[in-house]
Amino acid sequence: MNLPLPIAQLRRKATDMPDLLIELFSEEIPARMQARAADDLKKRVTDGLVNAGLTYAGAAAFSTPRRLALTIEGLLAESPTLREERKGPRVDAPEKAIEGFLRGAGLTRDQLEERDEKKGRVFFAVIEKPGRPAAEIVAEVLEDAIRNFPWPKSMRWGAGSLRWVRPLHSILCILSDEAGAEVVPMDVDGITSGNTTQGHRFMGSGRFAVSGFDDYAAKLKRDHVILSAEERANAIWQDATNMAFASGLEVVEDRGLLAEVAGLVEWPVVLMGEIGADFLSLPPEVLQTSMKEHQKFFSVKNPKTGRIERFITVANRETVDHGKTILAGNQKVLSARLSDAKFFWENDLRVAKAGMSEWTERLSNVTFHNKLGTQAARIARIAALSREIAPVLSVDPDLAQQAAQVAKADLSSEMVYEFPELQGLMGRYYAEAAGLPQAVANACQQHYAPLGPSDDVPSEDVSSIVALADKLDTLTGFWAIDEKPTGSKDPFALRRAALGVIRIVLTGDMRVNLDRFIDSQLLKHHITQSDADGADLAALNDMLDEIADHGVFGAALETVLAKLAPDAQAKVQEVAAPVPDISADLLAFFHDRLKVYLRDQGMRHDVIDACLSMPGNDDLTLLVKRARALGGFLTTDDGENLLQGFKRANNILTQAEEKDGVEYSFGADVKFAETDEEKALFAALDSAEAQIAPAMQAEDFEAAMSAMASLRAPIDAFFTAVQVNSDNQVVRRNRLNLLSRIRVICLSVADLNRIEG
Amino acid sequence: MAQTTTKPRSFQEIILRLQNYWAEKGCAVMQPYDMEVGAGTFHPATTLRSLGSRPWAAAYVQPSRRPTDGRYGENPNRLQHYYQYQVLIKPSPPNLQDLYLGSLQAIGIDMDLHDIRFVEDDWESPTLGAWGLGWEVWCDGMEVSQFTYFQQVGGHDCHPVSGELTYGLERLAMYVLGVDHVMDMPFNNPDAPIALKYGDVFRQTEQEYSRWNFDVANTDMLLKHFEEAEAECEAILSQDYDDPKTGKRIVMAHPAYDQCIKASHLFNLLDARGVISVTERQAYIGRVRALAKKCADAFVQTEAGGWAAE
Repeated sequence: MNLPLPIAQLRRKATDMPDLLIELFSEEIPARMQARAADDLKKRVTDGLVNAGLTYAGAAAFSTPRRLALTIEGLLAESPTLREERKGPRVDAPEKAIEGFLRGAGLTRDQLEERDEKKGRVFFAVIEKPGRPAAEIVAEVLEDAIRNFPWPKSMRWGAGSLRWVRPLHSILCILSDEAGAEVVPMDVDGITSGNTTQGHRFMGSGRFAVSGFDDYAAKLKRDHVILSAEERANAIWQDATNMAFASGLEVVEDRGLLAEVAGLVEWPVVLMGEIGADFLSLPPEVLQTSMKEHQKFFSVKNPKTGRIERFITVANRETVDHGKTILAGNQKVLSARLSDAKFFWENDLRVAKAGMSEWTERLSNVTFHNKLGTQAARIARIAALSREIAPVLSVDPDLAQQAAQVAKADLSSEMVYEFPELQGLMGRYYAEAAGLPQAVANACQQHYAPLGPSDDVPSEDVSSIVALADKLDTLTGFWAIDEKPTGSKDPFALRRAALGVIRIVLTGDMRVNLDRFIDSQLLKHHITQSDADGADLAALNDMLDEIADHGVFGAALETVLAKLAPDAQAKVQEVAAPVPDISADLLAFFHDRLKVYLRDQGMRHDVIDACLSMPGNDDLTLLVKRARALGGFLTTDDGENLLQGFKRANNILTQAEEKDGVEYSFGADVKFAETDEEKALFAALDSAEAQIAPAMQAEDFEAAMSAMASLRAPIDAFFTAVQVNSDNQVVRRNRLNLLSRIRVICLSVADLNRIEG
Repeated sequence: MAQTTTKPRSFQEIILRLQNYWAEKGCAVMQPYDMEVGAGTFHPATTLRSLGSRPWAAAYVQPSRRPTDGRYGENPNRLQHYYQYQVLIKPSPPNLQDLYLGSLQAIGIDMDLHDIRFVEDDWESPTLGAWGLGWEVWCDGMEVSQFTYFQQVGGHDCHPVSGELTYGLERLAMYVLGVDHVMDMPFNNPDAPIALKYGDVFRQTEQEYSRWNFDVANTDMLLKHFEEAEAECEAILSQDYDDPKTGKRIVMAHPAYDQCIKASHLFNLLDARGVISVTERQAYIGRVRALAKKCADAFVQTEAGGWAAE
């Protein structure tokens, strides 16, 4: 038996340090819970023992479908005696005080000691807590662990009230040392502890007694149970890959499935079978998903063709016919399953080739959210928005719209009904079958991306557009009905959607002002939820066109209102008025997510803040470009010193402005300059300004900041040589106005006030 | 576990063997409930009898209808009408898993050749307001039974806990008999003078019901029936426990529950007709669940439900 390391290393215990073996034997524990449960058992028991004063040398926990086991080596045979001294009142203290002290210590007067202290003779209580034998502590700790075990789901059974993941049948609990093993006596709701267990349900030989961990593991193996899940997983993987290799094939790796399967068997036996030729034409993802989800089969691939041609199943036993019956049975089940899948696939292809209209029509009966209308209405909004976004990436608006219209059609397909995890992918297959452009087919699959922070963003422009439109529609929709994420609650995955937008925009280096799209989409949601009709509805739709054409909400509203008689304006006002506030709130949400995203990439939060407060902050690409330039600049010596110079200038200026009650914002004139340093600063500012303005125009933040860096030396020299608060008021005012030029230049690049340090 | 049994030769022989096995193990062998239900669990011998403190042990076949599963008799193993075998024992005995494995042996599954597995599958019936923990039982990768420890039914905690076993009889029998298409399965003894296959008995009805379920059933009528059943259920339960005519305490839990079963089946028919949208679906399920809960509330006020006069 290969022992796990912590145990093998600890073969050096003293004879008076016993080992503890615990096994909790139950009906089948769900595979997904086993590993965690073994860890929890170890933690709860060892924590309990240590808290009671029982230290140990090493511990390891194991799980199989029917048991949790824990072995602890080198445990103290009893907990140490604890001695505590308490100082009490003086011997001549009032009776009440002495009684109180006795009560607290749990002693009688004759058990107290008297000692001489500086202040007189004082009572002392010496309380001794004798050590307790390990068995007593183990029984308490284990019972507590069993009764309060943190199963994700637990149950009662029979007439009892004990809870466990499935009915608990026996408790093995022994302490063993060189003299032999002894049962730790305990009783949990009628289950009494013992020193026996059983092996494999079908291949075992009944109950047997064990004397310690080595004996336990060896006897289990004899009775066809491999105790360690890792050992089972390794055996499965080894046998599976060997078997596939022998046929020139390879097993598709799936760690999650391997762990799950190792939790379904105590004695793994790997078997490989054929997938019927009829089914090889199904998409490989369908084969793989069907086999994995329904039957926990591994897929076996032909590396030459890339096709999945066979499967690996893992049985829980050996049989006299070497698994022939088991394999035949599994093969039969697979055929039935794949017949279903094939039936779905063929029906779906028929609908797809007919243009998918059957599916898209059906989506008008499917509710997306009871306040946000049907899936069909949602798709229409996404398609319209995709059209609007398309020019940003120089994509044909018709193509973007077409992609959005079919991107979710597969939600009505039979295959996706059966395997929801194949949504998108099936859409791609069906769009291809329908003869739609490849960019449209790819968008069906890719528009869901990115699904998480590490998932790739769409790789193609049309997909990116539909992905953006989809996410923006979702975000604006839930903002419009005020279902925003709060705390840990985000049932509609809105944070993920916002991060998706951010990553798509930044990865694609897309220059897009989110404001106008947010405004128009919010307005659409408000129109849907309002009861606007007739002329009101026409006016609101006009407004949508205005936003699409010019992108400015306020102007669009005014234009539309101007066309209406004053008494016809109320409805339009009512529907449109809340939009700007909600829009600003959603943009702030994007900024929050962006901050988290950039912080994870190591960007300073104050640098982000300094750029967020600049105009055009709904253009995330521009925002990040500015932040990266500023972040880089601040790591340079010039940047750091310039920042100090700016702060100094700004402080002096702010104080003076507060004191004088005026704003020093212009009018600095070189003719009032008295010193060379002052004149030099004028010259430097002139030259920097001449470079910064065009650089900012070109959004070349690096160039702008390097021009700013040239100010560092003149500013430093100025502060060294010049006293701003001159007695000459003209000179003073001129100098303050000079400082204001520094401030204006610096703030034109980013809000340096927000930079810390 | 080694014990050899002869192989059964027909669908009905498998049913008869299960009946005998569970009769031997002490269950009351009951007959199917005489109403359309979606599963054996709906039989009051399970739903209602799993409530309250009184011990119970019953086994029965239950014809079950799932309109959406109709395939015109063409699919090898999907049917809109099929049989379930149901066992319910309260409190669940400690050896229930072994008893169950014994039943597989009784129908000719050789434990030495097959791979039997208990795979996590928690059961929940949103319409019955019920849930339990357990497994689906696999035989060579095929699900042959559902094994559940009831924790809650009709919103009531189960105390004691019932153990429920549900066998999908067609699928199980096809496997034991080595048949690939359900319609080819011998229904009675294949050597009988009039040997009948499953298809001889059910192919035509599968076609007829598939057509009716999917395309013909009058949805306005179904909807009306649904509302009527709902109203009647509530009306029954709103009666006083004391019957003014006999002067006896008669809580009408079962008649009310019949209406709940009706509503549930009508909902399934409406669903198969595709007239219920996703959001409405939840609302309908909620309405049936509300009825089931009220029936459960009433049942625990009956003697069978553990109520005792002071």
